[in-house]
Amino acid sequence: MSRTADAQLTRALHAEWTKLRTVAGPGALLLTVIALTAAVGVIAANAVSCPGQACTVDSAKVSLTGIYLGQAVVAIIAVTAVSGEYSTGMMRLTLAATPRRWRVLAAKAAVVGTATLAAGAVAALASVLAGSVLLARHGIDPAHGYEALSLGHGPVLRATLGSVLYLGLVALLGLGVAAMIRDSAVATGTVLGLLYLFPIVASFVGNPDWQRHLEQVSPMTAGLYIQATTNLNALPLSPWQGLGVLAAWAAGALLAGGLLLRFRDA
Amino acid sequence: MTAIAPYRSERSTGRDGLAQLLRAEWTKFRSVRGWVIGTLVGGLLIVGIGVLTGSNSQCSFQTSPDSASHACPAPPTGPEGGWVSDSFYLVRQPLAGNGSITAQVTSLTGLYSTHGGLAAAGGSATAGMTPGVQPWSKAGIMIKASTAQGSAYAAMMVTGSHGVRMQWDFTHDVAGLAGKVSASAPRWLRLTRSGDAISGYDSADGVHWTLVGTARLTGFPATGQGGLFAATPGYTKTSTSLGGSSSTGGPALATGAFDHVSRQGSWPAAGWTGQAIRKPADMALPASAQGFTQAGDRLTVSGSGDVAPATGGGGLSSVEQTLTGTFLGLIVMVVIGAMFMTAEYRRGLIRTTLTASPRRGRVLAAKAVVLAGVTFVTGLVAVAIVIPVGERLLHENGNPILPMPALTEARIAAGTAALLAVAAVLALAVGTLLRRSAGAVTAVIAGIVLPYLLAILGGVLPTGAQEWLVRVTPAAGFAIQQSNQQYAQVIASYNPANGFFPLAPWAGFAVLCAWAAAALVLAAYALRRRDA
Repeated sequence: MSRTADAQLTRALHAEWTKLRTVAGPGALLLTVIALTAAVGVIAANAVSCPGQACTVDSAKVSLTGIYLGQAVVAIIAVTAVSGEYSTGMMRLTLAATPRRWRVLAAKAAVVGTATLAAGAVAALASVLAGSVLLARHGIDPAHGYEALSLGHGPVLRATLGSVLYLGLVALLGLGVAAMIRDSAVATGTVLGLLYLFPIVASFVGNPDWQRHLEQVSPMTAGLYIQATTNLNALPLSPWQGLGVLAAWAAGALLAGGLLLRFRDA
Repeated sequence: MTAIAPYRSERSTGRDGLAQLLRAEWTKFRSVRGWVIGTLVGGLLIVGIGVLTGSNSQCSFQTSPDSASHACPAPPTGPEGGWVSDSFYLVRQPLAGNGSITAQVTSLTGLYSTHGGLAAAGGSATAGMTPGVQPWSKAGIMIKASTAQGSAYAAMMVTGSHGVRMQWDFTHDVAGLAGKVSASAPRWLRLTRSGDAISGYDSADGVHWTLVGTARLTGFPATGQGGLFAATPGYTKTSTSLGGSSSTGGPALATGAFDHVSRQGSWPAAGWTGQAIRKPADMALPASAQGFTQAGDRLTVSGSGDVAPATGGGGLSSVEQTLTGTFLGLIVMVVIGAMFMTAEYRRGLIRTTLTASPRRGRVLAAKAVVLAGVTFVTGLVAVAIVIPVGERLLHENGNPILPMPALTEARIAAGTAALLAVAAVLALAVGTLLRRSAGAVTAVIAGIVLPYLLAILGGVLPTGAQEWLVRVTPAAGFAIQQSNQQYAQVIASYNPANGFFPLAPWAGFAVLCAWAAAALVLAAYALRRRDA
C-alpha cells in the first residue's frame, strides 16, 4: 500500500515537474529572479558610501538587498503555478488524475519550492560574490575593520543560506495563498501585500511596543532578520526565529489552502 | 461596367462613440461583483488601517519619572499658524511706536555638548562642553511683539556659518553680508520699525548701510519688545551610515558680543531686562546657563534654543499618519485595475469588445476613465472619513498634530484619491501590455510600493540612493501626501523615513502621472498592433 502511495506521489511530482518545465513562463521567471536579485544587489553595494568616519554597514545584508525585489518574482511563479491551472480549467484534469488533493499541493510545493531554491541559490551566491568585490572597492573590507564578506564566515554563510530558504518559503506562501484565493491577480496582490505592507504600517505607528510587535509578526521583516550579520542584539527576534515566523506564515497558508482545496469544488 | 456598390450596414453609425464606450465599460465594472466588493473593501481598508494606526499611537510625556503622565506638549504656534521653535535669550526694553535699534556684533562664540545629557547637578551648567558654534547659531537684534513664545518678530543676526541674515515670523529668511563675524570683521546690524513694517539693514563699517529686507508684520502691537538676543540649536551629528536617520547630539550655547548699541525712538531710559524665552520642556540649556553682561554700550548675550519653524517629523504627528491605509488601498486598486483588462483576455471578452468598437485606443481610454473615476471617488470618500476620524483619535491619544492650512489638507485628501486612481490606471496599462494578471500586479506593486519601502527602511540603502528611489520611480507620487515643510534655515533629517520627499508634492505626483501616461501610450500602441 505504502509503495503505491510512494509511486503515486512520484507520479504527481513528475506531472508537476513536466508542467513547470514545458511552459515558457516559469523558466523565464526563474532567470528573472536571478537577474533582478543580483542586479539590485550590485546597485545597492555600489551605492554604499561611507566618507570619513566609520559607519555601520552590514555587508551581507546590503549585498542581498535584491531579495526584496526577487521575492516579488518568486510570488508570480508560485501563484501562477496554482492560479494558472484554475484559469485554464487544467485544475479539473489535474484533480481527476490525482484525486488525493493533498498530494497535488504537496507535489506542487516540492517542485516549485525546489526550483525556487535552485534559482535562489544562484541569485544569493551571485549577490554575495558581487558584493564582496564591490564593497571592498568602497573600503568596506577587513583592512578598514569590517568583517570579511566570505562564505567561510559563519554569519555570512547563514545570511546567504537563509536568503535562499527565505525565497523558498515565499514560494510556499504564494502557493498556499493561491490555493485559497485561486484568482491570480488577487492572490498576487495578497502575497505582496503581506510581504510589503507590515513594515510600512509599522513605520507609521507611533507606539514603539506596537511597532515591535508588528515587526515580529511581519513575514518579510522578521524573515529577513536572517540576513543580519551585525548588531544582532538590537533585533526583536534572533535570525532563525525570524525565518521561523515566515515559515509559520507559509505553513499556515499551505494548510488553509490545502483544506480549501480538499473541501471545495474545483 | 457597373460599379458594385459596397455593402453598407443599415445600422446607424456612431454606436462606438466615447459615451457609449464609457457606458459599456461602466456596465462591465459594476456588474462584476468581485470588483465592486473589492473597491469597497479597498475604501474600508483605508479607513480601518487609519483608525488602527490612530488608536495605537499613544504619546505621553512625564516631567519627572514619578509624576503623572500627560499628553505630549505641542510646540508653540507661530503667527502664520505653523509650529515653531521659539526659545532663546532676549535682552529687551519696550519700544513704543516707531523707532530703531543699532548694534555692532564683534564676535559669535559657542559651546556644545556631544553626549546629549546636561551637566551633573552641582557643577556649572556648561561644564564639560566643547567650544564651537553651530551652523545656525544666532546672535543679533530683534523687535518682537511680546515675550510670549510664538509671537511675531523681525530680527537681524549674525550666524555660525551662514553670514548675516534677516529673519521674521519664523519662516522668512533673507541673506545679508556673507562671511564670519570677528573682531577684525565686525558686522553692524540695524532694525527700523515704521508702523507694521520692520526693515533690516547691515553694514561692515557702520557708515555704509544696505537694506537686507522689509518684514510686513500686520497687527504688530503699538508697543513691542526690542533688544539683543542669542540662540543656537543643539549640536547634531547625523551619521551618514545606511538609512541615516540616526543622529546624536546635545544642547549648545551661543554667545554674541555687542558694541555701540544705540537706539532711536521712544525707548525707556532705564536699563535692559534679560529673559530666557522658553518652556520647561524645551530641549535647551537651563536658564542658569543663559544670561547677559553689560558694560556701558557693550553687551554680551548668551542663549540656547532656536527661533525657527519646527519641521515636524521626529515623534510629532502629522496627517500622513491617518493615511497609512493608502498603501493597502493602493494594492487593492492596482489588483482591480489590472484585472479590468486582463480578465477580458482570460475570458476572451476582449474579442467581443474590439469587434463592437474597432477603434482600440478609444476602448483603452474608456476603461481608463471609468477606472480612474471609480477609484478616485472611492478614495476621496475613504479619505474624507479617515482624516477627521484619525486626527481625532491621534489627538485623544495625546499626539499633537502638525497644524496646516486648509488648502494643504485639501491637497493631501484629493491627492491621495488621485494617487489611487493613477496607480489603478498604471496597472490597467501594464495589464494591457502583459495580458497576465500576476505579472501586471507584481510589476506595479514592485514599482510603487517596494521603492517607497526601500526608501523608508533603515540599514539597507544609503540616504542618497533612498532619495533617488522616491525621485524617479512611481513611488515619487507619495510626495503628494507630504504635510511637513522643509526649511533651509533648520537642520533636520529631511529623509523619506521622516516624511520628507526630495520632490515637491505636485512634482512627485507628476512623476507618477508620467509613468502612467507612458504606460498608457505603450499599451495603446500594443493594443492596436497586436492580435487580441
